[in-house]
Amino acid sequence: MTRLSVNGTQHNVDVEADMPLLWVLRDELNITGPKYGCGIGQCGACTVHLDGYAVRSCQLAIGDLDGAQITTIEGLSAGGTLHAVQEAWISHQVAQCGYCQAGQIMQAVTLLADIPDPTDQDIDDYMSGNLCRCGTYPRIRAAIRTAAQTLQGT
Amino acid sequence: MGRARTIARRSFLIGSAAIVGGVAFGVFVAKRPIPNPLLETLGEGEAAITPYVKIDASGITLITPRADMGQGSYSVQAYLIAEELDIDPTTATLTPGQPGPAYFNRAVLGEVVPFAAHNRSAMAEGLRNAMAVPAKFLAFQMTGGSSTVPDSYTRLRMAGATARETLKDAAARQTGHARATLRTEDGHVILPDGTRIAYTALARHAAEIAPVTDVTLRDPSEWRYLGREGLMRTDMRAKVTGEERFGIDITFPGMKFATVRANPGLGGEVIRYDASAAETMRGVERIIPISHGIAVVADNTWRAFRAADALEITWGAPDYPATSEAMFDTLEQTLSARRGREPRLRNDGDAAQVLENAPRVIEARYRVPYLAHAPLEPMNAVVHASPARLDIWTGTQIPLFIRDRAARIAGIDKGDVHVHVYPMGGSFGHRLEMTHVEQAVEIARALPDTPIKMTWSREEDMTHDYPRPAAVAHARGTVTEGRVECLDLSVAQSGMLSSWFGRLMGLPVPGYDPTLTAGAWDQPFAIPHYRVTGYRAQEMVPISSWRAVGATSNGFFHDCFLDELIHAAGADPLAERIRLCSDPTSRRVLETVGELAGWTGPDLGPQRGRGVGFTQSFGVPCAHVVEVTQTDRGIRIDKVFTAIDSGRVLDPTNYRAQGMGGVIWGLGHAMNCALTYENHAPQQTNFDSYAGMRMYQVPQIEIRILEDGQRIRGVGEPPVPPAAPALANAIFAATGQRIRTLPLRNEIAFL
Ligand code: FES
Ligand code: FES
Repeated sequence: MTRLSVNGTQHNVDVEADMPLLWVLRDELNITGPKYGCGIGQCGACTVHLDGYAVRSCQLAIGDLDGAQITTIEGLSAGGTLHAVQEAWISHQVAQCGYCQAGQIMQAVTLLADIPDPTDQDIDDYMSGNLCRCGTYPRIRAAIRTAAQTLQGT
Repeated sequence: MGRARTIARRSFLIGSAAIVGGVAFGVFVAKRPIPNPLLETLGEGEAAITPYVKIDASGITLITPRADMGQGSYSVQAYLIAEELDIDPTTATLTPGQPGPAYFNRAVLGEVVPFAAHNRSAMAEGLRNAMAVPAKFLAFQMTGGSSTVPDSYTRLRMAGATARETLKDAAARQTGHARATLRTEDGHVILPDGTRIAYTALARHAAEIAPVTDVTLRDPSEWRYLGREGLMRTDMRAKVTGEERFGIDITFPGMKFATVRANPGLGGEVIRYDASAAETMRGVERIIPISHGIAVVADNTWRAFRAADALEITWGAPDYPATSEAMFDTLEQTLSARRGREPRLRNDGDAAQVLENAPRVIEARYRVPYLAHAPLEPMNAVVHASPARLDIWTGTQIPLFIRDRAARIAGIDKGDVHVHVYPMGGSFGHRLEMTHVEQAVEIARALPDTPIKMTWSREEDMTHDYPRPAAVAHARGTVTEGRVECLDLSVAQSGMLSSWFGRLMGLPVPGYDPTLTAGAWDQPFAIPHYRVTGYRAQEMVPISSWRAVGATSNGFFHDCFLDELIHAAGADPLAERIRLCSDPTSRRVLETVGELAGWTGPDLGPQRGRGVGFTQSFGVPCAHVVEVTQTDRGIRIDKVFTAIDSGRVLDPTNYRAQGMGGVIWGLGHAMNCALTYENHAPQQTNFDSYAGMRMYQVPQIEIRILEDGQRIRGVGEPPVPPAAPALANAIFAATGQRIRTLPLRNEIAFL
């Protein structure tokens, strides 16, 4: 039995200890914002926050997560107000198919928490693990810059 | 405008129908009635029409039948209707509707006729339009070939205009004002005194009157949405909040989770299997033999995946060569023996004679690999089978093919199969196939009355894709007095159309296969001696259409070899292409990309260089200039400049996004990707070995949109084909190394 909090709600899950968090979220808890893309840590579609930091949920065994605080894309917009990163994503019209975007956004939030004013190199370093097969990268870059400005209040 | 009206009078019948509590508006595209998908929900005796707009007391629904795989087609279809209907489409309910033949795609087969797209002669145009007839009989409701916009442009605006005028007529009759004195705005009819009546309040009455069909489409100068920068895609918000539901996200109470392990040698059989380990694993409920493989049904997807890994299966060999090497040998032999020659669509001057007598012949061999589509959402389908009815929920470009095939598998009537189309997490052509749905139907039939979600693992997806065909080319040419004089290109590959149609329709496809040389024979150049020949190799790995189809390989062959000839002639790569160009729209595209890039030649100083690439595909000329630097650790792509002309642009913001996506797709696969075969199966099974492009490799991209083209066309594919040659030509300019085999990284390192 693992106890974890997802988007502020407590859950007890009774599954194999090596079941990845991704599948607990999607199939056991019906939280479908985190996506399955590769299952081997290569695409970032499954990115969620573990105790506030972006991680690949397909690579985390549920047995290691007792007491963890998980935030998914569904939990990012507190009380219906979108996060500045989500707002920037809308104003730059980033998504094409959108399948990668929950992961991209969760990753970008962590980038901006670590580095409020990232350089191009910082963006490449933080974001290159998130694959977008539709090729929305130029708009992701632009949206990250806009969100950085908003978050810094400039 | 005049033309749109004539089309409307000639071939559109516009109708309305009463629905529960309201009205539905639609358009017939042919004079013979086609069964209407709405009929199932209409009462006895009510009119049958093709619905695009439904209004009842609770709101407005727009039906957007062309599938959305990420390209924004739901959004653009909604804006086309909304522009004439005068509503804000972000406030309407959008649905792809129930698939029906009435939504057949008139435009997609238009590119199959043997005229180059820049040929606008009466005969070529006539044939293109005539292709709409077979499309109808094939019940061709598909999305592909960059056809959504061309197909919908007039039809959906007519639907919106008809609905608007009929609602005004209903208001006129109710209030006694003349229809001409009424306006519409934001979902309301406005009376002369400013009183506003909501469409939803008029819906019932509108259903009782004859629809107003003599409508005039608005001039583009009056548009409020279309053509404007910054249009908000109707699906954007849901895609950044995680609310968007893709096929893979569907759940039903009591649903079971399945996956399959099928023969990675496509079409090969299961010789024997041992499921004893899998059967005892936690959550596993059923192990079911299916066509060419074994399915596992469990109580969640991960347990199904794990149990599938534990299956021990002995596979039978499929009937194609086992290795890439053997496949390329077959292609090379086809080329050198000149076997399977297709009709020559380009044969200007006398290439054979010129090549024989020339003092110097430039000669080269080119090669491109098989490529996977690998959309980020792997193939999946939810199926619920009961004895007399089948429901399928899935993201697809071909809902009617799925309906018909599922009916055949289940032995029930087509009318009892209901396909519910979901947004797709990418496709790039993968969802023009339905093997995964057939598997899901087989599984669901083994567990009647239980919803089944079948998901392919990434590995299953990569190894069971029907890839872009590999191809080889032999090119020869001559130059004289600083000019290109002769270009003779021969290409060998398997026939994509016969492979794909054969699978979809279960029928052999007669005639030639235009994809064999598309992107080469149809280029708008007046080279004095100019010949392009396609040789159809035997079918090997079953193949399919991949974003931009035949032009992805042929564009690379044609444009790179043209670049070689221009270099041999000592001419400027851009200036000589412009000089040779025989189509004014294409010439303007080339000139524009030169202006945008500040072109002064391929040389950009030490270790740097730039190349131009041009391909016309799907009727759209597109040119890129790519700038690269050779660093100590490899090639860096600095900048890409793009010019493109697909006629009028309806949503410039999304158009540019699609264009950039196409550039990144074209460059990323040219640099990094190949499927190589060993033991009949691809060796690349996940994104560790097949990713396309990642953020750190993405250059700056600047796009200039031209709108001179006479026909409105799509942008989903045309930026792809010229990307690979522009990059290869740039690498040549920077390093002197001419790379003729993709992926480029086999011969040169990239940062
Ligand atoms: S699904 Fe976790 S990184 Fe791809
Ligand atoms: S938007 Fe489609 S994969 Fe990124």
